[in-house]
Order: sequence, then C-alpha cells, then structure tokens
Amino acid sequence: MTYHFDFSVLLPYWEQLLRGCWLTILLSAISIAAGLVIGILTALAKQSRFAAARVAAGTYVEIIRNTPFLVQVFFIFFGLPALGVSFQPWSAAVLALSLNCGAFSAEVIRGGIDAIARGQYEAGTALGLKPLQVFRYIVLKPALRIIFPALSGQFVLTLLTTSIVSSISAEELTSIAQSIDTLTFRSFEIYIVATILYLTMSFGFATVFKLVDRLYFSYPVK
Amino acid sequence: MIRQFGLPEALAILSGVQATILLSLIAFAGGGIVGLAVALMRTSEKTWLQRCAAFYIDFFQGTPLLMQLFLVFYGLPVLGYKVNPWVAVAIGFTLHASAFLGEIWRGSIQAVPRGQSEAAYALGLSYASRMRNVVLPQAMRISVAPTVGFMVQLIKGTSLAAIIGFVELSRSAQIIASATYKPLLAYGCAGIVYFVLCFPLSRLSMRLEKRFAVKT
Repeated sequence: MTYHFDFSVLLPYWEQLLRGCWLTILLSAISIAAGLVIGILTALAKQSRFAAARVAAGTYVEIIRNTPFLVQVFFIFFGLPALGVSFQPWSAAVLALSLNCGAFSAEVIRGGIDAIARGQYEAGTALGLKPLQVFRYIVLKPALRIIFPALSGQFVLTLLTTSIVSSISAEELTSIAQSIDTLTFRSFEIYIVATILYLTMSFGFATVFKLVDRLYFSYPVK
Repeated sequence: MIRQFGLPEALAILSGVQATILLSLIAFAGGGIVGLAVALMRTSEKTWLQRCAAFYIDFFQGTPLLMQLFLVFYGLPVLGYKVNPWVAVAIGFTLHASAFLGEIWRGSIQAVPRGQSEAAYALGLSYASRMRNVVLPQAMRISVAPTVGFMVQLIKGTSLAAIIGFVELSRSAQIIASATYKPLLAYGCAGIVYFVLCFPLSRLSMRLEKRFAVKT
C-alpha cells in the first residue's frame, strides 16, 4: 500500500505545538526545581539522627521508585479527591512530577553526600563554620559536583516523563498533539512531529545542564 | 448501577498482572536479543556501525516512551501492517528495551580490560570467538546489576500500554476505578501489586551492585 505523508495539514497548528513545547518546558522546570529541593531534604532525612525521619524518607523513596508514574499520577488526580484533596490537572501533574523527581534525585544525591570524606566535615567545624555553612559549602556543593552528570540524566528523564500527564489531560505537548490528532486524523505525522520536538527539547536540556556544569562546578579541586 | 469494591474487584485488578508480567518478559527477551546486537555494533571497530547504534540509542533515550508507543501503534497500520494490539505493544517495548539494554551492555563490554580482547586477538581467535568466549562472559558479570535494575524500569514502563487501550494491570485498575467509583482503592491496589513485583528486583539489583563493587 502507499501512504502519502502530509505534514502540511499540521502547519496551521504550529502555534499550538509551540505552546505545547513551552508548557512542557515550564512543567519540567518547575518539577525539576521542586524535585531537587525535595531530593536534598530527603537525602538529609535519610541520614537523620531520628529513626522516624529515616523510615519516612526511605518509605517515600521506595514507594515512588517501585511503582509506575502513571499509577502515581492517577492516584493523586483521581484517588486523593476521595480524601477531600482535589487538584486541577496541572497542579496534580506538577505535584506528581515533583514527588517522582524528588525520590529519584534523593538516591543520587545521597550517593554524592556519602562520597564526602568525614574529615571534610570535621575540618569545616574546626574552621568555625556553622553546621548550615558546613552543609552548604563543604557537603552540598562538592556532592552536587560529583553527581551532577547522573543528576542531569535524571532531570532529562523528568522531561520525558511529563508526556505521561497527558493521561489526566494536563495541558502539555503530548495532550496538545492528541487533540490535533483528533482534529486532523493524521496520527502518524503529528506524533512524528511531537517526537522530534521532544528529541530537540531533551537535547536542549542536556546542553543547558552541561553549561551549568561548566560554569558552576568547574572550579579547581586541588 | 455502581459496583461495590470487594474481593471480586480486587481480583479483577490482580488478573491484569498476568499481561503485565508477560509483556515485560516479551520486551525483555526481544530487547535482549536486539540489544546485544546494538551493544556489539556500538563497540565494533567500524565507525559507521558505531554511529548507527549511537543514533539508535540517543533516539530512544531522548524521546518519551509514550511517543515511541504511539509511533508504533499508529505507524504500523499506516505502513500497511495490520497487527493486533499485543504485537504492536510488544514491538514498541522491544525497541525501547533494546536501546536501553544496548547502552547498558556497551558500558559492560567496555569495562572489560582491553588486554583481555588483545590477548585473545594475539592467540588468533576470531571476532566471534573472542566475543563469545572471552569478552562477553566477563561483561555479563558486570552487567547483571544494572540489567536487573532496568527490568524494574521496564515493568513500570509497561503501564503506559494502558494509555493505548491495552489491558494490563494499570488498565484493569482504571476499568475497576470507573465501575466502582473507588479510584483511591483501585489505584492503591494496582500500586501495591507493582510494588510487590518491583521491590524485590530493586533490592536484588542493589545487592548485586554491592557484591560486585567489593570484588573490584
């Protein structure tokens, strides 16, 4: 059989597609920022003196890491209203993505913190730094430097995961592509275009992270 | 008439696990075969083979799994292949898994000291025998932990088949959720089943990783 590809029917929708890209980038950026904070707090809680904090952090990480994102987002969007907590699709998407990104980053960040030698903390304290200063300058920054490549891989994965929130009709590139699909019946073409846009965005994200790595983490070590 | 959420409903969700496991196994087997070829291409001495494999891996690692499934699901009929959902979904996940396994195994092959394959070369072994008898057995040991880790990712990934209407664990939870109006319970149940499948594998992967780390 011969199928005639016709990408021209998609031309009138270029503004919507661009808007989809923007929403996807926004969604990823917010979730990555929130996920990084959640990840750092969780990694800290895992080393806490209080057993309750360690157990809570460990449970959170294991639950998120061992269940599919789709079920997590359904649980938050469709399940939680039964407990009286309801969300708009976009807020549910941000919440689910942040929690997901947070749990995966926590594991990576913990690895980085573990790699900081004990003597470093002691040296910091001996220099008269306050605990928070020790954490910020001596633990966190070098730890982030060590794990940054792994962390940025995780962040690109968060970008790709955003496509799944289309299933609760949160507006982003995939859901916009789906609505264009129902208007034009050009499924193959529209998803080829969406795939190329995703590929471009994940490449762009990776480039930005490399730039951050070079600008912020390239100080000499010795 | 709204159904109550009782044991039959819980069992209905549980019955979806069969398709989830079967789909994961098919994807892993298919992905394993294609993935080995991808890994061998990626580590071959021919530049053009390396480039092809690198492009293949970058494509699948740089696009959402959902898009990959959409492309296969809507693309196969357009290209003239009328296939049932099982085949479409199996092809989609096989391609996805092969790229990720290919990348994991590339790393493992390259982690085998160069001297090993050079020694085999000096002994006059052919490429096939060098790979089969010297490099791959050692690479396999290195790759066990991340491969098991990827299986967890794959099992979770199969949930996306629900979006294109394939009935597995997530889709059966969705069906029960809308029949009983108890989404909290339905998705909670599905979550627990996934956890029971994935948690032991995650633990195993971590244990293997530690054991290997001690030996080197």
